[in-house]
Amino acid sequence: MSMIVSSIGQGLLWAVLGVALFLTFRILNFPDMTVEGTFPLGAATAVAAISHGVSPLLATALAFLTGALAGLVTGLLYTKGKIPILLAGILVMTACLSINLRIMGGANISLLGKQTVFSNHFLELLPKYFDSVTVGLIIIVVVTAALILFLQTELGQAFIATGDNPIMANSLGINTDNMTIMGLMVSNGLIGMGGAFIAQNNGYADVNMGIGIIVIALASIIIGEVVFGELTLNQRLVAVTLGSILYRFVLLIVLQLGFSTNDLNLLSAVILAICLMLPKLSALLGLDHIISKGAAIHGSK
Amino acid sequence: MVQNKPLLSLKEVVAYVNPNTPAQTALLNQLNLEIFEGDFITVIGPNGAGKSTLFNTIAGSIPVGSGQLLHHGRNIAKENVVKRSQFISRVFQDPKMGTAPRMTVAENLNLAAKRGDSRTLKLRGLKKKRQLFKKLTASMNNGLADKLDVATENLSGGQRQALSFLMAIIKRPELLLLDEHTAALDPKTSAQLMEQTNRNITEQKLTCLMITHRMDDALKYGNRLVVLDKGKITFDVSGEQKKKLTKEDLLALFSEIE
Repeated sequence: MSMIVSSIGQGLLWAVLGVALFLTFRILNFPDMTVEGTFPLGAATAVAAISHGVSPLLATALAFLTGALAGLVTGLLYTKGKIPILLAGILVMTACLSINLRIMGGANISLLGKQTVFSNHFLELLPKYFDSVTVGLIIIVVVTAALILFLQTELGQAFIATGDNPIMANSLGINTDNMTIMGLMVSNGLIGMGGAFIAQNNGYADVNMGIGIIVIALASIIIGEVVFGELTLNQRLVAVTLGSILYRFVLLIVLQLGFSTNDLNLLSAVILAICLMLPKLSALLGLDHIISKGAAIHGSK
Repeated sequence: MVQNKPLLSLKEVVAYVNPNTPAQTALLNQLNLEIFEGDFITVIGPNGAGKSTLFNTIAGSIPVGSGQLLHHGRNIAKENVVKRSQFISRVFQDPKMGTAPRMTVAENLNLAAKRGDSRTLKLRGLKKKRQLFKKLTASMNNGLADKLDVATENLSGGQRQALSFLMAIIKRPELLLLDEHTAALDPKTSAQLMEQTNRNITEQKLTCLMITHRMDDALKYGNRLVVLDKGKITFDVSGEQKKKLTKEDLLALFSEIE
């Protein structure tokens, strides 16, 4: 039981990464590698700030800012410097490795004995792992609601149009460069913030904690899409969170099968690859046909 | 018609492909053109004459290499597409280019209603404008009005182009650029959209430049006709003279070119 609660808590905490990556991967339509650098950057910023006596909430806000700043650099390299987006992301990601070492003054810092967002009387009264469920739920509800609201504004609609059809957006007077930069800043800001929360939950920050982040974030997006199918944009944002929780369950099952935590990155990659190939595989095996047939029988009852 | 000051004038405009490289070629060759308010100009010319380049240069997606582009007498040659979108709107030939595929018909119209304006954190207000969108789409008589909440990727080519056209005029443009906007459609749909285009342009007295490959359309519509060849305007008639022009005259013009 506690394993399941723990998985839900992790799924909720990590969901913010999926939602953040959704902005670039699904709305702007490109893969942003920067996140592998901004996740530990946010973690390093928050942990270093907390160990210097900054309040945990302010430290988390600082993590958003540093993440957004890295996103700004990627955005400028891409739009003004005309560097392909994949390469621009890799450059900033690599640069972040050194910056993270500078911020932390070493390869890792522990938060042992320090106040974090989880050091709260109410949270400490809860049963084990329910603190991450509560905090994760609050974060993801606030972030998702804010993004849904933003996407319904004039600016948000211009942002969506930029990813959908940049030539049209441009001809309607939308500055597509600015929209792209804004998307990268908000996305990486949220990733940095996610890094800050997860580091506080783990009790430490480590320079290597960014490895494989993009795969985990993509997995929650893709699993959400595969499981829930055709949805509106707002529903798809919610589906990312459910996808993130499902992904944790899959990991839980796989670990129960006897794999070790050292295998996690391999397993994540395999799970994501399978999900990405699912449309192709289901066509190959005739699953579509079987499912639609099943639905028809079910519907006729 | 009082034609003293042009809305837009191109003076000796040169536009290049591959500028500043050995492969540099001039697509517009010291082109001169004056566009007056209320003009509905049909543009014809052989392939590679520079028709699309002319539109791209006016809209700002290809830079002016040399010469002047005067909007009410002010040189706007250095201004970008975004800035020029305040007075120019455009319909592309490719039905895929004019709309955002994953956004609905209503959302697309809503985006276009703010063409050239700054976009803020104000809520988009889709419901308030629904009646207007319904009325506009119904005027096209092609079923678009029943698809306000459908993503445009699920529309037919004809519906998409009709939508692109509505998006171009929902906020009155000072200058409307139509780049063979009916060319990708079947003959019947194409004729239908052309009729709607003409009705809207004449009723609202829009200033318009329309590229077409159909000589019949070039003769039938508009008050002025220009022929473009090798990056220059080689023929320019308007008013009564244009009305008298026949298809044979045009064919003769084209054989001279070739």
